[in-house]
Amino acid sequence: MNPFSSGTRLRDMIRSIRACKTAAEERGVVRKECADIRASINENDPHDRHRNLAKLMFIHMLGYPTHFGQMECLKLIASPGFPEKRIGYLGLMLLLDERQEVLMLVTNSLKQDLNHTNQYVVGLALCALGNICSAEMARDLAPEVERLIQFRDPNIRKKAALCSTRIVRKVSDLAENFVNAASSLLKEKHHGVLITGVQLCYELCTINDEALEFFRKKCTEGLIKTLRDITNSSYQPEYDVAGITDPFLHIRLLKLLRVLGHGDADASDLMTDILAQVATKTESNKNAGNAVLYECVETIMAIEDTNSLRVLAINILGRFLSNRDNNIRYVALNMLMKAITFDDQAVQRHRVTILECVKDPDASIRKRALELVSLLVNENNVKQLTKELIDYLEISDEDFKEDLSAKICSIVEKFSPEKIWYIDQMLKVLSEAGKFVKDDVWHALIVVISNASELHGYTVRALYKAVLTYSEQETLVRVAIWCIGEYGDLLVNNVGMLGIEDPMTVTECDAVDVVEDAITRHNSDMTTKSMVLVALLKLSSRFPSISERIKDIIVKQKGSLLLEMQQRAIEFNSIVDRHKNIRSSLVERMPVLDEATFNVRRAGSLPASVSTMAKPSVSIPNGVAAAPLVDLLDLDSDDILAAPSSSSGADFLQDLLGVDLGSSSAQSGATPAPKAGTDLLLDILSIGTPSPAQNSTSAVDLLSTADVNSNSSTALDTLSSSAPPQIATTASTGGMFDLLDGLSPSPSKEETNGPAYPPIVAYESSSLKIEFTFSKPSGNPQTTNVEATFRNLSPNTFTDFVFQAAVPKFLQLHLDPASSNTLPASGNITQNLRVTNSQHGKKSLVMRMRIGYKVNGKDVLEEGQINNFPRGL
Amino acid sequence: MIRFILLQNRQGKTRLAKYYVPLEESEKHKVEYEVHRLVVNRDAKFTNFVEFRTHKVIYRRYAGLFFSVCVDITDNELAYLECIHLFVEILDHFFSNVCELDFVFNFHKVYLILDEFILAGELQETSKRAIIERMSELEKLE
Repeated sequence: MNPFSSGTRLRDMIRSIRACKTAAEERGVVRKECADIRASINENDPHDRHRNLAKLMFIHMLGYPTHFGQMECLKLIASPGFPEKRIGYLGLMLLLDERQEVLMLVTNSLKQDLNHTNQYVVGLALCALGNICSAEMARDLAPEVERLIQFRDPNIRKKAALCSTRIVRKVSDLAENFVNAASSLLKEKHHGVLITGVQLCYELCTINDEALEFFRKKCTEGLIKTLRDITNSSYQPEYDVAGITDPFLHIRLLKLLRVLGHGDADASDLMTDILAQVATKTESNKNAGNAVLYECVETIMAIEDTNSLRVLAINILGRFLSNRDNNIRYVALNMLMKAITFDDQAVQRHRVTILECVKDPDASIRKRALELVSLLVNENNVKQLTKELIDYLEISDEDFKEDLSAKICSIVEKFSPEKIWYIDQMLKVLSEAGKFVKDDVWHALIVVISNASELHGYTVRALYKAVLTYSEQETLVRVAIWCIGEYGDLLVNNVGMLGIEDPMTVTECDAVDVVEDAITRHNSDMTTKSMVLVALLKLSSRFPSISERIKDIIVKQKGSLLLEMQQRAIEFNSIVDRHKNIRSSLVERMPVLDEATFNVRRAGSLPASVSTMAKPSVSIPNGVAAAPLVDLLDLDSDDILAAPSSSSGADFLQDLLGVDLGSSSAQSGATPAPKAGTDLLLDILSIGTPSPAQNSTSAVDLLSTADVNSNSSTALDTLSSSAPPQIATTASTGGMFDLLDGLSPSPSKEETNGPAYPPIVAYESSSLKIEFTFSKPSGNPQTTNVEATFRNLSPNTFTDFVFQAAVPKFLQLHLDPASSNTLPASGNITQNLRVTNSQHGKKSLVMRMRIGYKVNGKDVLEEGQINNFPRGL
Repeated sequence: MIRFILLQNRQGKTRLAKYYVPLEESEKHKVEYEVHRLVVNRDAKFTNFVEFRTHKVIYRRYAGLFFSVCVDITDNELAYLECIHLFVEILDHFFSNVCELDFVFNFHKVYLILDEFILAGELQETSKRAIIERMSELEKLE
């Protein structure tokens, strides 16, 4: 009896549910219906079963729980009639999945149905099996399905083929059984069976290498012939889609050929003809044609090399790129990124079109095009490409500017042929998108500027001009301020004019105007303002005539509400007023910043896998200056002592690091990059590294108190304030320690370089003892490797031993698999953990743990909290 | 391989959900909600492919319904667009100018059609005529 034909109950229920105006009303109706259904289930009435299940399925689709209906599915499947079975299987597929144990109960019914005389019932069973069978069911029923692949009815054959696909996916060992049956399917004429057969073969080839070999040897030619037949066949209305006969079959065949040809030169040879034919003859004005072409291109890329084919493929992709359909362009860009690895030249030809795609309105196309462009850049085309990209930068959307400017900067850095061009491009980028430019980019720029001594004059003049027009771009302002501070005299006296420059008169007043403007502007942030103060200090020495005016500006900042500004203003004011004799040497022109070390450091710094508090740590050669530590001292407004010690601190710390005493050249080795600066600090603190400080103790204290959010600029500026040698020599390390000990509230750590954290007993009960031993990986003070040793103190063996741990948010925990899950009596197993502490130095580690194991058949659970981690981890 | 197929309307109601990978009920609801959110906000000018977790979703809008198919990352997107279109054509033929209400009142039939079209996450039959014929055979048995 059909539940849907006569009985309007299902329709009525659907109508009444749809008529509900509110969710509460709907819940009421559903509740009532479920109650009816449950009552009916209890009565075990076979007549209403299918109607009930249909209703239950609808209720399930609305999102309500329907577990009580699962057994009804089973009963319906076991009924003799086709309509009941159909509803039963439908319910089974909808309400259950392979992970439920109830499914196992169906196995017997399925087996019977697979052998049923009515082929429609067989079809039902195959369908259900193919959609939700579990691994056990797959194993049980595989022989039946295998047999059915050879069944007389094509509908059954194709269902059996796909069902086998699933079986083979679930249980890969069974693959061998299906190879013969699958190869016979490849000779079919019926498209449905053929396509499913091809799919089964593809699956077998990817899972089983022997199957791959078998198909490669025996079936490649047959497949090629089939593909040729289909490509050349006349119009078949049944399978035609937009002029192509059965594009789906085309695509499946191409995919299988790809797997067969990959890695095998002979098979690839055989395919070249048909691939060329498909590539050239397929019409590409409709999506179906493009789909086939796309698959063809993928296959050409994957099989063994034939240059002509590859060129053909890339040309197709080039055509795709100029297609107006976004989908096609997206797909083409994806493929081109793969193509570029083996044929750069061919892709270069399409450079212009790709550049056009960078300007596309669709964001995902823009992103891909940009990535592709950055892969295409080489020395020859870098100037032109950069010009185009920068031109686009001016008109691009805000949210794209960041990506674009980052890419431009990286391209420029990697491929710039000469320094002047580099500086020009960077200036343009900064003018357009300065606020998106990251810190390390403009730091690198400053390094380059400092190294290009012949260009100092040119640079400072260009910056001056730029900052007059684009004063809202923060980064541009910062770079300009620094340069004007350093090279102000070059600016004013027009030193080192290059041929391309127009003559320009800049008076000292103008220069100071620009600098003053930066400090008074309301949206300058603290970094910029601090840089301004330092620049002013330099200028007061370089421009003695307007020293008074400069002094006034500095004095005004004495009352600033920002502590940093206030402090600097006071310090610098006192230098200007009372220490005129040392002022000029203090603000001498900075020595050339060492590019090589800077690059090494940048290359070595780890990506941001470490916390926000600290920048990534880096292992740096010992000789690199301690100045960044000074930076830290300088920055940390709360803990710092009186101003003079800050610069002397630099040298004390140099002593600390065992760097050449009293040589300002040591500082020249320092890079200005403050990010790297804090890296250095962390490196020093990373107790595992062999290179840096012997006496890292105090430095450790320093970090634990200091605020690590470095103000980048100050590092630069304190570098320029090269401490006069006499202060250095008077320092004694002992005095240094006093200085620093006065700062730090946290306890001093071990004197040694190595970690030597004492092992702890994390947990101890009558049956289990857990010990932790610690080590620090080199280069990263925040990460700790913990080796946990679990000792079984009882006379019983523990099985299924599982250790779980939970940590608070500022920690990250990674557990390696344990050495074993079975803990014999009085034995032990080990497990490694890795903990990363983002509040390293401020908070120590804490962990909650739970251990589960089985002893004598019973489950045991032990929980605890570990609070006795050594401090400083 | 197809991981799941969803038919959703603009408001987020799922009219058809077929999963070829096992998922808990709560996970299914989450997935449906996420896919809907992804798909409903996209402009018509954008591509029909969206990255979703570690797979991708190929979707198309027909009147008020979104047909979304989630496939593996390595699959051919354009082919699945054709696949969606073929499915819609079949439904249109079967229900004679199909509309959303057909999916509501005849959901069981839609599932049956889908099961004749796709099995185990792969295409089973590419001929519209063959599927329609089969459906009428099955209807006669009822």
